[in-house]
Amino acid sequence: WGGLEVPLGGRVGKQSCCFRVKNVLVKLMINLLICFSSQTFDKILIANRGEIACRVIKTCKKMGIQTVAVHSDVDSSAVHVKMADEAVCVGSAPTSKSYLNMDAIMDAIRVTGAQAVHPGYGFLSENKDFAKRLAAEGVTFIGPDTHAILAMGDKIESKLIAKAAKVNTIPGFDGVVKTAEEAVKIAQDIGYPVMIKASAGGGGKGMRIAWNDEETREGFRFSSQEAESSFGDDRLLIEKYIDNPRHIEIQVLADKHGNALWLNERECSIQRRNQKVVEEAPSTFLDQDTRQAMGEQAVQLAKAVQYSSAGTVEFLVDSKKNFYFLEMNTRLQVEHPITECITGLDLVEQMIRVAKGYRLQHKQEDIPINGWAIESRIYAEDPYKSFGLPSIGRLSEYQEPLNLKNVSVRVDSGIEEGSDISIYYDPMISKLVTYGATRGEALARMEDALDNYVIRGVTHNISLLREIITHPRFISGDISTNFLPEVYPDGFKGHQLEAGKRRELLASAAALYVTVQLRSQKVLSPTPVERSHWELCVQLGEGCYAVEVVKSGNVYNVEVDGGTVEVSGQWNLASPLLPLSINGTQRMLQVNANTYTHNLGFFGVLSKLAAQLNSYMPEKVPEDTSSILRSPMPGTVVAMSVKPGDTVAEGQEICVIEAMKMQNSLTAVKQAKVKSVQCKPGETVGEGDLLVELE
Amino acid sequence: MAAFSVARRSRGLINGLKVSFRSSGQLKHGAVAAPLLQTSLHRDSRWYSAGHLSVKERIEAKRRAALAGGGQARIDAQHKRGKLTARERIDLLLDTDSFVETDMFVEHRCSDFGMEQDKNKVTHLPEVIFYFFNIIFCLCLFCFSQDFTVFGGSLSGAHAQKICKIMDQAMKVGAPVIGLNDSGGARIQEGVESLAGYADIFLRNVMASGVIPQISLIMGPCAGGAVYSPALTDFTFMVKDTSYLFITGPDVVKSVTNEDVTQEELGGAKTHTSVSGVAHHAFENDVDALLNLREFFTFLPLSNQDPAPIRECHDPSDRLVRSLETIVPLESTKAYDMLEIIKAIVDEKDFFEIMPNYAKNIVVGFARMNGRTVGIVGNQPKVASGCLDINSSVKGARFVRFCDAFNIPIITFVDVPGFLPGTAQEYGGIIRHGAKLLFAFAEATVPKITIITRKAYGGAYDVMSSKHLRGDVNYAWPTAEVAVMGAKGAVQIIFRGKDNQAEAEAEYVEKFANPFPAAVRGFVDDIIEPSTTRKLICSNLEVLARKKQVNPWKKHANIPL
Repeated sequence: WGGLEVPLGGRVGKQSCCFRVKNVLVKLMINLLICFSSQTFDKILIANRGEIACRVIKTCKKMGIQTVAVHSDVDSSAVHVKMADEAVCVGSAPTSKSYLNMDAIMDAIRVTGAQAVHPGYGFLSENKDFAKRLAAEGVTFIGPDTHAILAMGDKIESKLIAKAAKVNTIPGFDGVVKTAEEAVKIAQDIGYPVMIKASAGGGGKGMRIAWNDEETREGFRFSSQEAESSFGDDRLLIEKYIDNPRHIEIQVLADKHGNALWLNERECSIQRRNQKVVEEAPSTFLDQDTRQAMGEQAVQLAKAVQYSSAGTVEFLVDSKKNFYFLEMNTRLQVEHPITECITGLDLVEQMIRVAKGYRLQHKQEDIPINGWAIESRIYAEDPYKSFGLPSIGRLSEYQEPLNLKNVSVRVDSGIEEGSDISIYYDPMISKLVTYGATRGEALARMEDALDNYVIRGVTHNISLLREIITHPRFISGDISTNFLPEVYPDGFKGHQLEAGKRRELLASAAALYVTVQLRSQKVLSPTPVERSHWELCVQLGEGCYAVEVVKSGNVYNVEVDGGTVEVSGQWNLASPLLPLSINGTQRMLQVNANTYTHNLGFFGVLSKLAAQLNSYMPEKVPEDTSSILRSPMPGTVVAMSVKPGDTVAEGQEICVIEAMKMQNSLTAVKQAKVKSVQCKPGETVGEGDLLVELE
Repeated sequence: MAAFSVARRSRGLINGLKVSFRSSGQLKHGAVAAPLLQTSLHRDSRWYSAGHLSVKERIEAKRRAALAGGGQARIDAQHKRGKLTARERIDLLLDTDSFVETDMFVEHRCSDFGMEQDKNKVTHLPEVIFYFFNIIFCLCLFCFSQDFTVFGGSLSGAHAQKICKIMDQAMKVGAPVIGLNDSGGARIQEGVESLAGYADIFLRNVMASGVIPQISLIMGPCAGGAVYSPALTDFTFMVKDTSYLFITGPDVVKSVTNEDVTQEELGGAKTHTSVSGVAHHAFENDVDALLNLREFFTFLPLSNQDPAPIRECHDPSDRLVRSLETIVPLESTKAYDMLEIIKAIVDEKDFFEIMPNYAKNIVVGFARMNGRTVGIVGNQPKVASGCLDINSSVKGARFVRFCDAFNIPIITFVDVPGFLPGTAQEYGGIIRHGAKLLFAFAEATVPKITIITRKAYGGAYDVMSSKHLRGDVNYAWPTAEVAVMGAKGAVQIIFRGKDNQAEAEAEYVEKFANPFPAAVRGFVDDIIEPSTTRKLICSNLEVLARKKQVNPWKKHANIPL
């Protein structure tokens, strides 16, 4: 009882104004009782930023726990800082100086008197030293105990433990690698293809696949460099690479009293560069037996390391439903919301309770699979460049698809209109989760939500996400981790319109053009004469389509491409979302141009005459891109392999750009002599900046 | 007026003829056939004597010839250069079938140097330009388009006379004039008559200045005396790669100064929009230029007797712009993009920037607030910290004076560290040129709203539409710093030679690097949340639309030129 006095007092004080009304008082007492029954901490510090910090703060608020945000100087007006009750600046923008700066974070804990720390994911979430330092100061780490982090944090040791716990492991599993030649030898022993990654790294970071000796050497070099820059630990792991695998993971939840549950699976096979893009729960692939077998093995592993808190056991599943242990993530996963959707549990709340020492509230048979949940990761990146190269910028306009007024759409984000997506941090904008009774319903909602998502100011990957979730292979559940390269062998080129859809798009563009043109007449003084018949040309890709529009009221009958389309709608031209009805079907149209005017033929629409005359216009000579190398994304130059006067062969590496902790090697597209080098290692470059000129 | 009504009556005729013109364009022989017919006409009847053709037939023949311009070969040549013909330009610029052409029958009067034969042989009838009473988005205007396919668009006495006539008409009714320039220069064969023609146009340009908006779109060469007509108009736009403006061409430059320079380097669109500041905007090609000109036109009032136009607005006037709360960086030395602020505040992010590539440390252009046209002036912290120098002062001043002349309210965003120091600036006359901007703001009687987003230091604070220069509403954001100079410089002067400078600097920042000193004196009317800026400007403009302010009578003021 004594220990509970402070938080109780806090609550009473806050709500004392309500005491006048009797039933409010009763309600309050009930509140207090609930509060008492699961009393945890008074104040939690969240050692993270962005959406996950916001996500944790939300649950803390629900549980009546005070929150402390930490932030770097550039994040001082970030959303998580505004949401938290207190905020402490822990250093400058680079993560090593702020979010990874343990000294500053420990100071922040002391200053604010936080009793526990939630690390989120990434940063210090799987850092055993941090957990140790917290323990030494008597602060609770909301996550597993140090020994579990230690055991599972090392890829090699974790597999040994898994093997011992009778968990299926990947064949060809081997030890630490020190040199490139050693790497090649190991790879040859296992047999190609092999996978190379940093021992200490989580997720797909630092993971490369090699099909021959040469690629093994290259993979070794990159992975060790990345391992060094991301984790300060250059140990590597090489193992048999399973072709055409699915990535399916099991969420586990364990307490400090030896109880552990598996909360079903998450299908995370849709990945690009080994990072997840679209996840769903449950998986279309697993049957109940496999699910149970995987779940039970996951729990065995958790118990083997006396795991407590939420954790994830990742498996690779082959086409015959054989599953192999990949690794265990001893933290909350990015994609945890889909598990929450189908099980009804709040994982952050459970983590906090477990950290306080409570027993699990649920038994295995209480864990349901209710409905279906899909998560799309909205990234600030250009999907047309290897399925997503980071992009940066300021969100000049940002509107989450909450206008759908549908409780089944959840957006976890840590940014708002005006926020900066900087080169310092992960380029994720948000996690968009939709939920439905069936998979079809969840997918339909996802499509709607993506169409209604407004993001301006940075390049984003919504076009790719929408393409994935509407792809027949995805819909049928026929996916693997190779889905993207298989479906788009030449890279993602944007949505390919079939004739019917193209007609609809052309018609919508024409109808909108007419609206914009007519609006230009609506100046106060003269009375406009509304023209009802328009002959236009719409340019789409390489084609130019003749269109005839007959407008009556808000209905536009558009003759295009050998068919007639009826478009109707009354549009607010200031809104980024333009709802319209095409042949009676409701659609949402977004116009990406910054403005309706000042571009040659808004939306590619020109009057028939202008299109005719446009054919006389000279073509502007494009820049010869074969002899110049421009930065494909904003980042830092980490290595420059050439100097002026050098001769480079086609495909030879010219320089390496690091962005968001990813190293990208830029190569020559032809054999040539280097004319000039415009940047130095260590320099920050923007997208499109000139790096090297060839002769 | 006679020519006007003739044209009106025969409008149907023009349309009918257009069809035949188009078909003759496809059949090359058609073009050949017409001159044959006309030659025979000429042989029999020197001018207007009765011949075997009826008057009606002659009218038709003349119209047909006029529509054919310089003939198919020259039209093809024009297209090959990536340029449109005078008529195609007009068709694109104006609302479909909205124009009324005048003076189709005017001919040049020169018979020297074989011009007579030439006239008969090549075109027989038409003068080189066309005049129209026209409509863009249902707004009326007057417009002329020089035809390069006829005598290279060179300016004859009759050519000038046509331009003057249309300008006189425009002045009478109070409607803008748009000139589509594509002319080789003076018609040398006509000698002084051509020069007189230029002067007649110049005089009308000057008389019309400040009465009706005048816009020049340079769509081809424009050299020698011809350049001064665009220079006198309010806006000069150019087409990239196909238009040139210079006093003397590369050959003369070579012979006089021995400089090797190409046409493009000497007077191309890039030169004039980024180096000389002669042109206000450059467009990709003819089509792009004409379509943009249509949009630009909708920002302008028809004359100085009309209020700023108000277009139907879909953007809520009370929209809160949350993204502005974080736009000004925490460090006062860090740059940000003033264009982002402007675009976020104005209607539908629609901002037509004037001179976007010249003196980029100041941003000027047109936008709308709740549908009403406004002129925007803003320091650009991204370029040279947004300081005022010679070029930016002149750019700003000319824009402010245009807005004031045509009743367009001015909204000024201030983040200015001061005037740019240095010998280049002093020798160049920054005192005189800086005074222009000061003069323009002080003299302006249109509604003036000022928002200090960050720095407003020294004399530049006074200049940028301050309260002291009759600013109607002056706001400061919480990030504003109104002071004589930055903390470091100030402390170095006040505490020269003393050691406690760091401490003094902190004290100075505490005292002056905030909006309070200005606010307590009433020099700013309010310190506002950035997100409410749009809402406040819109409601202020509503009230200020009733503003009536008159400067003391004078013949004209004496701005320091």
